[in-house]
Amino acid sequence: MALALQQLINGLTLGAVYGLIAIGYTMVYGIIGMINFAHGDIYMVSAFIAVTGFTLLAAFGVSSVPFALVVVLIVAVLFTSVYGWAVERLAYRPLRGSTRLAPLISAIGMSIFLQNMVQLTQGARVKPIPPMLTGGIDIYETAEFTVRIAYSQMLIVLVTVGLMIAFSWLITRTSFGRQQRACEQDRTMTALLGINVDRTISLTFMLGAALAAVAGVMVTVYYGVVDFYIGFVAGIKAFTAAVLGGVGSLPGAMLGGLIIGLIEAFWSSYLSAEYKDVATFSILILVLMFRPSGLLGRPEVEKV
Amino acid sequence: MSSDVAVPLLSVERLTMRFGGLAAIDDLSLDVPPGKITGVIGPNGAGKTTFFNCLTGFYKPTVGSVRLNHPERGVLRLEDLPSHQVAHTAQVVRTFQNIRLFPKMTVLENLIVAQHNVLQKASQFSLAGILGLPSYRRAEAQAVAKAVDWLTRLGLIDKADTAAGDLPYGTQRRIEIARALCVDPLLLCLDEPAAGLNPRESGELNELLLRLVADEGLTILLIEHDMSVVMNVSNHICVLNYGRKIAEGTPKQMQNDPNVIKAYLGEEEADELLYGEKGGESTGVTP
Repeated sequence: MALALQQLINGLTLGAVYGLIAIGYTMVYGIIGMINFAHGDIYMVSAFIAVTGFTLLAAFGVSSVPFALVVVLIVAVLFTSVYGWAVERLAYRPLRGSTRLAPLISAIGMSIFLQNMVQLTQGARVKPIPPMLTGGIDIYETAEFTVRIAYSQMLIVLVTVGLMIAFSWLITRTSFGRQQRACEQDRTMTALLGINVDRTISLTFMLGAALAAVAGVMVTVYYGVVDFYIGFVAGIKAFTAAVLGGVGSLPGAMLGGLIIGLIEAFWSSYLSAEYKDVATFSILILVLMFRPSGLLGRPEVEKV
Repeated sequence: MSSDVAVPLLSVERLTMRFGGLAAIDDLSLDVPPGKITGVIGPNGAGKTTFFNCLTGFYKPTVGSVRLNHPERGVLRLEDLPSHQVAHTAQVVRTFQNIRLFPKMTVLENLIVAQHNVLQKASQFSLAGILGLPSYRRAEAQAVAKAVDWLTRLGLIDKADTAAGDLPYGTQRRIEIARALCVDPLLLCLDEPAAGLNPRESGELNELLLRLVADEGLTILLIEHDMSVVMNVSNHICVLNYGRKIAEGTPKQMQNDPNVIKAYLGEEEADELLYGEKGGESTGVTP
């Protein structure tokens, strides 16, 4: 019971991170109908920016954790958005209007490029940061086990919930959100109403990257280590989350993220930690086979 | 209107659009006078829609130019403008033969998307919008008011909160026109607005188009197959066949033009009786 509760907390934390990354996949898919396979690496880049940021701040003697967090978050979001913009500009926009496969391949190329760039400049070794947010609240104690919510977990869940609310509001209520949804439904018509579609797509990439940046910073704080390869696994898992929730659906991405996070947490504690990735990717396969439109996605109806 | 002095709003000069060996539009020149309705008619495949596609940045014409005499911004060459600038800068807006509303948005949202540029300016790159500053909220209220105004005038106001894709065909057509009007067009290009409408609805469409010209000083370029619409509302008609302009003039003149009758209006009887159809030439029917 206590273990289950603890795994629930861990799973939700992990799920929140996957959800944040999955939103980037889902939004980009929604607007250009393409999976941005470099998205996971954008997240990895932001984790490295976070490590650099925290290390620099520590070197300058900044000891206030909240201050350091806010500064690093802002810096990471800004830099990572620029990465998102650049990836779209360099790897996808020139291929718009070509075959569907071309941007997919250039996305994978971009992913490999980013991984190697970070590996070359930052080294292949795992980078740690000194523990920042330690401690937590014990919420339930039994003789042999203490259920604890770490402060870093609370931070992750709170920030994610806050971002989700802000984000849903942005998409449903603001001018940018309307323009974004219009592009999703009919890009040509949107342009003919005077809306700059290219700019909307760029902004979408930047927003997705910004959310991945937040996830990257959070994970750095949570685990305390990063390496150049984390983007690949996290990216594929978030992609699984997006597919599970229904690619193109924002609530679906979040829901998918949570489910994947929970499955991973429970699987590793009750079955086998080594096989947790197998569990996740089995879900990807099962969803693709039996419910390709995902939990909340609408099946695509081909007009004849 | 100050521009009554024969300065056309739109001048099409020697426009040619070739797809491989096929000239969908062949050396077309046409002047569209301001504050009038210009009809473009012709049999299927005559190049009418291709012509619209050349106006709105969809296709780059192979040869020729399309110039818009904008009252404030001077002469704009539409063929050089990207799609969104055609609507934003040149204020030329079109509708589609097969309706292209945003089906998952409400009718009201559809009309507000069309006012995006006004809102975007007011929202200063979304900042004022996200912060909900009064200047932005005012702009948004104005956008809603304008949308509501058009919906009321087109008798659509009770549909404002319905998803556009759920409405019947005829209603969607009117919404598409309402949405185009929300862009503040100088020139409104309608691609078969009467297609799929019943006689009562197309009668209403006639009234609407005439009212838009009379009340708003709008210029309309109209592609239409429904002769009851084209002949009743157009001030001027241009007839295309195989991408070439074969006749041009008032509706009356067009109804009596032998070329037009042959190519389009006369249909089988005239063709067969008078000259024999293209495929039927070998039968050599004499009058």
